[in-house]
Amino acid sequence: MSAVLLPMAAPDRPVNGVALTVVIILFLVVAAMGFLAARWRAGEKTGLHSLDEWGLGGRGFGTWVTWFLLGGDLYTAYTFVAVPAAMWATGAVSGFFAVPYTIVLYPIVFLLMSRLWSVSHRHGFVTPADFVGGRYGSRVLTVAVAVTGIVATMPYIALQLVGIKSVLTVLGLGSAQNALLTDLPLIIAFVVLAAYTYTSGLRAPALIAVVKDLLIYLAVIVAVIYLPIKFGGWDNIFGAAQAKLGTVSQATGKPAGVFIPGATSYSAYWTLALGSALALFMYPHSITGVLATKSRNTIRKNAAVLPLYSLMLGFLALLGYVAISAGTKPIDLNGTVNPQLVVPQLFLDHFPAWFAGVALAAIAIGALVPAAIMSIAAANLFTRNIYRDLIRPDADPRQEAKVSKIASLVVKFGALVFVIGMDQSAAINMQLLGGIWILQTFPAIVAGLYTRWFHRWALFAGWAAGILYGTIAAYNVVNPATKAHFGGSVAAIPGTNIQVYIAIVAFVINLLVAAVLTLVFRAMKLADGRDITRISDYGADENDPKVAQLEREYPLSEAGGATL
Amino acid sequence: MSSPDVPTRGPARSGPYVIAGVLLAISILVPLFVPAYASDNPRLAGIPFFYWYQMLWVPITAALVGISYRLVTKEDRRRREAVRGVRTEEQDR
Repeated sequence: MSAVLLPMAAPDRPVNGVALTVVIILFLVVAAMGFLAARWRAGEKTGLHSLDEWGLGGRGFGTWVTWFLLGGDLYTAYTFVAVPAAMWATGAVSGFFAVPYTIVLYPIVFLLMSRLWSVSHRHGFVTPADFVGGRYGSRVLTVAVAVTGIVATMPYIALQLVGIKSVLTVLGLGSAQNALLTDLPLIIAFVVLAAYTYTSGLRAPALIAVVKDLLIYLAVIVAVIYLPIKFGGWDNIFGAAQAKLGTVSQATGKPAGVFIPGATSYSAYWTLALGSALALFMYPHSITGVLATKSRNTIRKNAAVLPLYSLMLGFLALLGYVAISAGTKPIDLNGTVNPQLVVPQLFLDHFPAWFAGVALAAIAIGALVPAAIMSIAAANLFTRNIYRDLIRPDADPRQEAKVSKIASLVVKFGALVFVIGMDQSAAINMQLLGGIWILQTFPAIVAGLYTRWFHRWALFAGWAAGILYGTIAAYNVVNPATKAHFGGSVAAIPGTNIQVYIAIVAFVINLLVAAVLTLVFRAMKLADGRDITRISDYGADENDPKVAQLEREYPLSEAGGATL
Repeated sequence: MSSPDVPTRGPARSGPYVIAGVLLAISILVPLFVPAYASDNPRLAGIPFFYWYQMLWVPITAALVGISYRLVTKEDRRRREAVRGVRTEEQDR
């Protein structure tokens, strides 16, 4: 179906001229929007010279903008590329769990996030580590949360690059022989992304997310209606998927995948869903999206309307099965099968070239938006919780914004080097580890929203225990085909043969250690840190005075109470 | 404590929170109960039960969370007005 085939990048892959042109045009439009976003709702006096303005978009996003921003933030290349790829390769347990994951996510967000919003709004917290610092008065715990956030975000950004790369590969850019030429389009896309994030901060991805969403919904709706008709209905598609996933692999002696989970994989399925849902809003980029909202209940309202994206995710996952029945061949530049190419290849094979261009651009832009937000969030963590807390305690807002801008560049180029230098599957495995790690910050952040019962050192010990167990357990998962470590995210609960998501076991260990040590430390009468938050802070709304303002109005009190 | 701790909200009535809590618990627990839906039949337009049942829970959860939102924000507003007296609440857009 593809129209014009130019032998430009021969001998690897033909370039689809029409689709490529459409992608380039849409990319240019988006880049222009990214730069213009700096003027959108810009602060009157300060411009973008503070973290509230650059890193949180002025903390003024209402329901609509937040819907697009969080939609672009949470549904990433993971949704568009990795989930359908997993469905295509191994079926339901490793792919479709993303549907219950993104269902149970929203009740959890509803319960937790407005309290975090309130206390952060009151105290001007920009990062989750700011809150932990304010609540527990422990620098060690703050740095642990900040470093976990930064480290877990890096491979997540790298995964976005893998997504962009899959689109570029399918379009025919790049060659197996010339490494520099292969990565040049990716580097150009990334330099542009870095430049507009630097100038416009969080406003750029917020604005671009609107365009990206219109494109992606269009592509998915057309794909879900048109492709099943073309391949003889869902009956046929599921039939083909069932046949492929049931085929016994010669390398492992087991079926290639799971069509409908049997009793032995129930626990893996629901722990993957629950663990991922608990982890997602611990990622700094998710919290950045929450804190950028205008009022306490904006995020709750969004928890009721964001599931529309989950429906899209479900249909995208099923496209992995559509690709099975369509006989899509995701062959990478070096001739090997790369499941990550499945959805882009499916679009290119079966859509008219111009529409394939629209759909591929949507995937690529859908990876650029979260990459921008993630780099901003990681940069904010670095600035607030490492630079300001450890290096320059007297940094003013202008300096903070400056450091964050530079840090966002460093983070992005770190991820770029990571993707170019390392095996792509490494990015995906690291991302899986990232999920296990980030969940270990849950007790410190979430328990802190409700109670001060946990002792700060017990939380730190629990965090360390969870990270240690999670890393070792993930390392010990060996891929049966390639014999590589970090081969998956599911392992048996120690002492049993019940297969579960490693993050959940690590999380339980974390909680147990934190609870037991809290009792021990209380018995030893170890001092608690200073808590600068108060009960009223957790219910504050946009019209309530902030702490800084309260202190101006009660000048008798001592200055500097709100710093960490 | 450098300034007086002024309450931001009045005392809570437990009713709305209990109902919202139950609705949210349903929308977390039911989609995670795999034995209920790990089967091929009945199919819907050729889609196995396992797949369409989970997709069906996306709008159900959205509705349950939406009802919880209405209950909780209404109570939230009442509690705020209880402390500050009636004032023009800016509508949450």
